[in-house]
Amino acid sequence: MSALDRRAAMATLLADRKDDLLVVPGLGSTCWDLAAAGDNDRNFYLWGAMGGAAMIGLGLALAQPDKRVLVVTGDGEMLMGMGSLATIGVKRPANLAVVVFDNGHYGETGMQPSHTSTGGVDLVAIAEGCGIAAVLDVRDEAGLAGLASRLKDLSGAGPLFARVAIAAGEAPRVLPERDGIVLKNRFRAAIGLKA
Amino acid sequence: MAETAPSSWFDIAIAALKRNEVKLITYVPDRVLAPLIKGLQADPYFEVIVATREEEAAGIVTGAWMGGVRGAVLMQTSGFATLPNVIASLLVPYQVPAILIVSERGTLGEFNVGQALVCRTMRPVLESLATEHHTVTRIDEFDFILDRSIKQAVMTQSPATLILSPLLTGGKVL
Repeated sequence: MSALDRRAAMATLLADRKDDLLVVPGLGSTCWDLAAAGDNDRNFYLWGAMGGAAMIGLGLALAQPDKRVLVVTGDGEMLMGMGSLATIGVKRPANLAVVVFDNGHYGETGMQPSHTSTGGVDLVAIAEGCGIAAVLDVRDEAGLAGLASRLKDLSGAGPLFARVAIAAGEAPRVLPERDGIVLKNRFRAAIGLKA
Repeated sequence: MAETAPSSWFDIAIAALKRNEVKLITYVPDRVLAPLIKGLQADPYFEVIVATREEEAAGIVTGAWMGGVRGAVLMQTSGFATLPNVIASLLVPYQVPAILIVSERGTLGEFNVGQALVCRTMRPVLESLATEHHTVTRIDEFDFILDRSIKQAVMTQSPATLILSPLLTGGKVL
């Protein structure tokens, strides 16, 4: 087993991206990963809302049932908003996927170990326990390819959760647009809403 | 004297939310808000979502606005106290017109010292972030305040907080 490179993993998940895919990263490393994969008006980069990425994804998925919503966040951010997995497990929107890049560390704050590496906390089991039926534990390139394929069609019975084992290396920061109003307005315009 | 009995505060709230197309309601349970929550759940116009924390509820409403749906968060004072980070780092800088409806605990007969202290943090937080907020004490003013606050939030793209005083709701007593 070899953990995956975060930038390459993000690129794989977003390869051949279609316009019906809306992406919400967590703040910090996954936000930089998303920016590094190529800017897109349908990315809602977060500069705050610590622990809230999955819930922003849920609200978006409910408001836009004909679009696919992909949340990509880190293990630290997911641990902070663990209750949100329960809320997703109750609402169960089929067009929502939550992918956790799990490197077992808080990369943005100095690589302190998180509970997923030091305590064996299993986010996949937690997602299952929250009633999310489609859960994937991605540990290699083949698994990642399988996840990328699943993301192409989110018309199943319920939401998808995936944990992706990521190598604990720090990638250079790639900063996206930082003006929240610009990010909001361009995102809404891109999906046909008034700014 | 009115010819018909006045609407309850919660019926006024439901009507104003509907009139302003605030369809997505998120909440963390609260005894004072219980009749409002029940009324919203009984009305198929609304999608009502219970969250485990108020921050979740604020996130859901933000995502909904990004997708073109207006939303509100219902909470009590202590729940509001968990929100400064998401208000300061998401609702304000991204200009999200979230409607925050807070049942006020900690005053006018509070029995829980924790609630009483938390209550004192609420208005200073709102003031420090310079966000619109009103305290509703009178039922005859409630529709006007809620209706206009929602309209202003949407037109100016800014969150608005309505604090429902025990003078309006009766509050919660031991």
